[in-house]
Amino acid sequence: MTDVRTDIPASATAKPGARWRDAAASRRVRRRYVVERWFRAAGLLAIGISVLFLAFLLYSMGSKGLGGFVHYEARLPIEFAKTDLFLDPATLRAPDANQKVRAADLEGAIATAAKAAYGAEAEQMFSEAASYSLADQIVRNPDMLNGSSQVWLPVSSRIDIAAKQEGDAASEKLVSLLKQRGALRSAFNTTFLTASDATDPSAVGVWGALKGTFFTILVTMALAFPVGVLAAVYLEEFAPRNRWTDAIEVSINNLAAVPSIIFGLLGLAVFLNVMNLPRSAPLVGGMTLALMTMPVIVIAGRNAIKTVPPSIRDAALGVGASKMQVTFHHVLPLALPGILTGTIIGVARALGETAPLLMIGMRAFIAAPPGGIADSATVLPVQIFLWSDEVDRGFVEKTSAAIIVLLLFMLLMNGLAIYLRNRFERRW
Amino acid sequence: MNMKEKMPITPTTPMPTTSTAVAAEANRRGPSTADENAPEFRAPDGPHELDSGPMIPPQVVPTDDVAESVDAGRASKMRANDVSVFYGEKRALNGVSIRIYEELVTAFIGPSGCGKSTFLRCLNRMNDTIPSARVTGRIELDGEDITSPDMDVVQLRARVGMVFQKPNPFPKSIYENVAYGPRIHGISNSKLDLDEIVEKSLKRAGLWDEVKDRLSESGTALSGGQQQRLCIARAIAVDPEVILMDEPCSALDPIATAKIEELIHELRGRYAIAIVTHNMQQAARVSQRTAFFHLGELVEYGKTSEIFTNPRQPRTTDYITGRYG
Repeated sequence: MTDVRTDIPASATAKPGARWRDAAASRRVRRRYVVERWFRAAGLLAIGISVLFLAFLLYSMGSKGLGGFVHYEARLPIEFAKTDLFLDPATLRAPDANQKVRAADLEGAIATAAKAAYGAEAEQMFSEAASYSLADQIVRNPDMLNGSSQVWLPVSSRIDIAAKQEGDAASEKLVSLLKQRGALRSAFNTTFLTASDATDPSAVGVWGALKGTFFTILVTMALAFPVGVLAAVYLEEFAPRNRWTDAIEVSINNLAAVPSIIFGLLGLAVFLNVMNLPRSAPLVGGMTLALMTMPVIVIAGRNAIKTVPPSIRDAALGVGASKMQVTFHHVLPLALPGILTGTIIGVARALGETAPLLMIGMRAFIAAPPGGIADSATVLPVQIFLWSDEVDRGFVEKTSAAIIVLLLFMLLMNGLAIYLRNRFERRW
Repeated sequence: MNMKEKMPITPTTPMPTTSTAVAAEANRRGPSTADENAPEFRAPDGPHELDSGPMIPPQVVPTDDVAESVDAGRASKMRANDVSVFYGEKRALNGVSIRIYEELVTAFIGPSGCGKSTFLRCLNRMNDTIPSARVTGRIELDGEDITSPDMDVVQLRARVGMVFQKPNPFPKSIYENVAYGPRIHGISNSKLDLDEIVEKSLKRAGLWDEVKDRLSESGTALSGGQQQRLCIARAIAVDPEVILMDEPCSALDPIATAKIEELIHELRGRYAIAIVTHNMQQAARVSQRTAFFHLGELVEYGKTSEIFTNPRQPRTTDYITGRYG
């Protein structure tokens, strides 16, 4: 142990000397720094490009879509006494007032009044949306029927576009006339948030699609989360390692990579044709998306469970916890943040999915918001897809506005999930 | 030779204990201490004195015989007979026979990879969690074969507690850490009982005074030494009969180590303790019996004082003098 080593050559034991200070050495060092600078520049470039794309996306969406939340209203003087609405204010206190008012020929009355106020060109300046708005105002204040009154009504999308400075000549002329008389104002478009799909772009809204999305995601979560987590726990903690579990693991990994339209075909074949579940319903849409989301949750869950330190398992086993107790008292709570992250990714993907839902009939024109998971409905991405296909120019800004709503909805859901995850993480 | 036997704190000597429970326990067990010391004084290493010269045959001595001769007449708490462990095809442990006695600390020493931890994990069947591990031989706890499939491992691990190398408190509150064992075993039915068990266990582990005002704080926020004592409190909260310690001080500084060692002395009066350690001074300080493992074999077993002052096997001598390991 105290032997002196004699086999080391003298040169190696000599001091390093000038080896680190000559020109060749400094050149080597300089080359390393050059490489590092290049790498940093490439990284900055990559980040710059992605920021640029994001900025472009936000700008184009904002500039086109924000207009969708605002619409123009025109003032219309109506002398109800002179119209042939045959509505009696006294009967409008009953609960069925809304139906009665809507049954009346409000559209004709509006067209006549518009023609009288702003000339022949103005006959078509209001559309469906205006008559709904007028009906609401009459129901709220039936006494207005007794004389003449000034009402603010949303203009048709043709005039709306012209007012936002891009319309055709006739509409532009009418807009300038209205502006001259102070009969045009812009207002927040509440219709867009409360209405559902319609043929008239000034009457459309995202409420129906939002509700459909909500129900669909609810079904997806209710199915995919428990099934996915339990599958992950079983495979990771209980299943024996053999060829069967290997095969299952490979299948699940492959399932996560299957194109989503294939899941749509599966949903069509199994849920609609074999099980005869209702077409276009959030129930079937949610089940189809759950099939798609489950593998993502299983994979994320298994990875999260794998990262739970074995010392925790040992500790719990050491005091005599059963396998089940170890899993549910210790492993699962510690893995939950990771599982939730995987779930967020999976659900966010499901939230933006269109293709599988087209296959199971959620692309139908549905003008009423769904009342439950078995009603016909559509979802936001499909609604966006449908509107982007419309020929009417009024749908352009509605499409962009719907995209903004979808992104906000996603942001909300992800924010909620991240909040939940952080809450669980704090328990460490 | 027997005068050198290291018994720093015997249950009869007044000890600086933080735990009244331990003291009471020690008093209760008072009469039995005579039995404990008796064989050591009566039969001072008799059969081995002949072998203890420098000329020792290098074969493995049948250790079970040695154990019986060292502690003839003493009832063993655990008894391993010809235990071998295989990891797949690889044999990690080869025919180990050993006994663990109540009120004695048994230290397992040996170089890394010699199988001492593997053997320790056999004693409460923690090796079950390794799919490729296979154990042969017979291990008894109070005469009951714990390797048989009929043995309920959950019950076994409640009776044979374990403290691990790295302090591994649950990421829960200090209270929950200690209360977890009694709760899952349904030992205590009321919150009051549970509070009492937690307090008693923390006192026995010498941690009560440090944590009594912050029982709801996370167990992972404690220092390394406190965490390890918390793990010991967690193990004794279910009131086991045997405590296994797998290098409990290897991740701790000398002061924390000294506290744990003191704690081991105090716990000895109540539990049979088996401790794996790399630190030979520690083995000498805390244990009364020492087993030296090398390459999966039990090379030598005997009283700690003998192993360290007068080993019979050249391999033991080499290891203890620092020739390898």
